[in-house]
Amino acid sequence: MSPENATPTPSPAPSAGGKKVRAPRQKMPEQPAAERARNFNEVPYGYSAELAELEASRCLQCKKPACVEGCPVCVDIPGFIKRVAAGDYLGAAQAVKATNSLPAVCGRVCPQEEQCEKLCVLAKKGESVAVGRLERFVADYEREHGKGQLPPKAPPSGMKVAVVGSGPAGLTCAGELVKMGHEVTVFEALHKAGGVLVYGIPEFRLPKAIVQAEVDYLQRLGVKLELNSPVGKSETVDELLASGFDAVFIGTGAGLPYFMGVPGENLIGVYSANEYLTRSNLMKAYLFPEYATPIIRGKRVATIGGGNVAMDAARTALRLGAEKSFIVYRRSRQEMPARSEEIHHAEEEGIEFQLLTAPVQVLGDEAGRVKGMECLRMELGEPDASGRRRPVPVKGSEFVLDIDTVVVAIGNGPNPLIPQTTPGLATGKHGNITADEATGATSKPGVFAGGDIVTGAATVILAMGAGRRAAAAIDAYLKSKSGKLLAP
Amino acid sequence: MAKVVSRREIAPQTVLLELAAPKIAAKRRPGQFVILKKDEQGERIPLTIAMADAGKGTITVIFQMVGAGTRALGAVPVGGEVLDVVGPLGKPTDIHKVGTVVSVGGGIGTAVAYPIAEAMKALGNKVIGIVGARSRELLILEEEMRAVSDELLVTTDDGSYVRKGFVTDVLKEVIARGEKIDEVLAIGPVPMMRAVCKVTQEAGIKTVVSLNPIMIDGTGMCGGCRVEIAGQTKFACVDGPEFDGHQVNWDVLGQRLAAYKPHEQEACRLHDAEKRA
Ligand SMILES: Cc1cc2nc3c(=O)[nH]c(=O)nc-3n(C[C@H](O)[C@H](O)[C@H](O)COP(=O)(O)OP(=O)(O)OC[C@H]3O[C@@H](n4cnc5c(N)ncnc54)[C@H](O)[C@@H]3O)c2cc1C
Ligand SMILES: Cc1cc2nc3c(=O)[nH]c(=O)nc-3n(C[C@H](O)[C@H](O)[C@H](O)COP(=O)(O)OP(=O)(O)OC[C@H]3O[C@@H](n4cnc5c(N)ncnc54)[C@H](O)[C@@H]3O)c2cc1C
Ligand code: SF4
Ligand code: SF4
Ligand code: FES
Repeated sequence: MSPENATPTPSPAPSAGGKKVRAPRQKMPEQPAAERARNFNEVPYGYSAELAELEASRCLQCKKPACVEGCPVCVDIPGFIKRVAAGDYLGAAQAVKATNSLPAVCGRVCPQEEQCEKLCVLAKKGESVAVGRLERFVADYEREHGKGQLPPKAPPSGMKVAVVGSGPAGLTCAGELVKMGHEVTVFEALHKAGGVLVYGIPEFRLPKAIVQAEVDYLQRLGVKLELNSPVGKSETVDELLASGFDAVFIGTGAGLPYFMGVPGENLIGVYSANEYLTRSNLMKAYLFPEYATPIIRGKRVATIGGGNVAMDAARTALRLGAEKSFIVYRRSRQEMPARSEEIHHAEEEGIEFQLLTAPVQVLGDEAGRVKGMECLRMELGEPDASGRRRPVPVKGSEFVLDIDTVVVAIGNGPNPLIPQTTPGLATGKHGNITADEATGATSKPGVFAGGDIVTGAATVILAMGAGRRAAAAIDAYLKSKSGKLLAP
Repeated sequence: MAKVVSRREIAPQTVLLELAAPKIAAKRRPGQFVILKKDEQGERIPLTIAMADAGKGTITVIFQMVGAGTRALGAVPVGGEVLDVVGPLGKPTDIHKVGTVVSVGGGIGTAVAYPIAEAMKALGNKVIGIVGARSRELLILEEEMRAVSDELLVTTDDGSYVRKGFVTDVLKEVIARGEKIDEVLAIGPVPMMRAVCKVTQEAGIKTVVSLNPIMIDGTGMCGGCRVEIAGQTKFACVDGPEFDGHQVNWDVLGQRLAAYKPHEQEACRLHDAEKRA
């Protein structure tokens, strides 16, 4: 347990000869690593009001705030932080919500160190204002203490929009459109709304009750939700358009898991990260048998990959009772795409990193269950197309990792269900839907798209930004459409 | 939420549920399935749509109560509700005019074979139905299959009804009598489908099977349903569930179906204990 985590008390500003010096960046108290690695409760506890005000007081209230430029949805960062410092938490929440409809989510999962906090003028000394933690604080405060007031809604436009997919892109788009007075129905393939926020990101990083609260809020705003509706199967996009929807937004995400193509990949105990996380999060397999869906509780688990998804899977394995949880990644620590905070948390919890290591084949016993994984050590060669140094196998370095479960977290592609069933919808070479970046307009009139289905696997906030831009474009489209309808 | 409109036990441990699901009833095509989740804690259980009545707005599933999930589902009474019903999923069967089709259904597999045989017959194919079960009491859909077959052949493993033998024995006889068979459709337990495929491969007859790997989402998102076809990994829920039987890696399918054996036993013990309490 690191001392800074242990004490939820504020770190005061050091006094230097009577002159007031700024307080250091305030830590967020969190569950001790050894304890939390065995439960599914959220890792950080969040700021207390006292800590939040102290942290907020560190903001310089820049006239030209650089931080805002780093935020994909341009949250008025100094504006909301000023209110926190003044103790007006509900006002702060409103200021955030003006451009970000899911602050409790973003405050937790945004890669802030790459976005708002990276550009903060205090970042140089590693002391940037903890924008994300403050955002989380105000959103949590509002959820727990707010009156749940609904924002004003434009008068009914008489127009209907179908939103396909209830991930951050779809939810944001739906929320914006309903406020603009349109009738919105969200179609979701699964039995719960939230997309990756409910099936992928684990409870210990994003409690599902928070996502549910956001979904409830949208429903109170008037958004209709049709669960168990895989568009393309239950109804096609054309059928939606023919049945009275004036426009369709597609936010179906990147949910098609890739496998490595190595021998032994279909053995029992080899999971895609999607399956592993879906069993655990969405189906609550960690509560088996109270919840009926089982999951293999491996004793020694290897997760392949180096992104957020891999960290989530490896940390889930520990919580499911693994004695040893490995991350097997073919490049070095530096190239890992996961957020530094996630890597740090994983390390604290005792995840073992097998870096510069690539799987060659999964080994099984007579019953077809995983009993080990043959790997190869790698070294870094010349940079490849991504600018990262290409891993090259070291000859003769084969070794067997003693494991009984494998989770493959090497990325996801776009699900082809909609492209396959929607004539006239153009896709790129990887199968992603082609859409205009500024408007989300696709090749098909009245059909818009955004989020991971367009960009490939990205981030929550980028998906939200796309949903928001598409909502504005859909609103304009509907207005021009109704204008045409009204014209003599 | 779907209401149970009617419910019958058509054989020991075998339940027929008719559910109100008008959208699915109107949309489904033969060969497609639904996923049912009984309640908040329930598993997602894939079941073939055995029948559908678009006018009435209902679909019918027929299933064997093999584990805790299907037992819980089978216990929902008429008027009761199934929390989540999603579908129609999977590719519909490629229903086409080929000539003579032999439809082989083993055990509960007959429930999956029936809608396909029905559609094949409706398109003008000659349908020879073969249905088999371990014993007379376990035989299902005999009359329904007879109604859509030009000829129906029945067999039981123990000889308690019509004749003794496996469906493969009957199939071999049909082939031996010189019947010109254009396609075989085989659906049932893995060992049965595998045995049928061996027979038809030797006879050079195209064979379609419907695979039942363990699934979660049924939309291509988890990869849990992967099967090996001609050496390639496919997702049965979106690429299937029907495949060329001669290309299936049966070992992989059989093994993967046993993935949760220890969990299933635990769940069943719990289910039984609850029932007793
Ligand atoms: C394990 C994991 C951890 C992550 N961690 C982070 C993180 O820490 N920070 C971060 O910023 N990003 C993270 N990401 C990425 C982020 O979650 C995604 O970029 C984001 O969720 C994309 O949003 P979306 O709305 O485009 O799609 P999704 O969230 O994927 O939602 C798409 C929804 O559409 C539904 N759908 C799909 N097809 C259909 C259909 N045909 N009909 C109806 N519904 C359909 C799906 O079921 C799903 O609910 C993580 C991703 C994963 C998988
Ligand atoms: C596309 C498809 C269509 C199907 N149609 C029918 C049908 O019409 N009628 C019918 O009786 N069954 C059908 N099945 C099989 C049915 O889904 C399983 O019997 C059921 O899920 C078992 O759940 P359980 O909890 O009762 O049993 P469990 O306790 O989970 O398992 C009992 C046995 O069933 C096998 N099994 C477990 N889960 C599955 C699964 N999801 N799919 C297949 N086998 C499984 C196990 O290997 C085990 O032998 C179908 C499966 C698929 C994939
Ligand atoms: S939404 Fe994300 S990037 Fe924007 S201010 Fe909040 S945490 Fe920073
Ligand atoms: S750049 Fe940093 S100090 Fe300046 S307003 Fe933004 S958060 Fe505050
Ligand atoms: S069931 Fe998940 S991909 Fe087929």
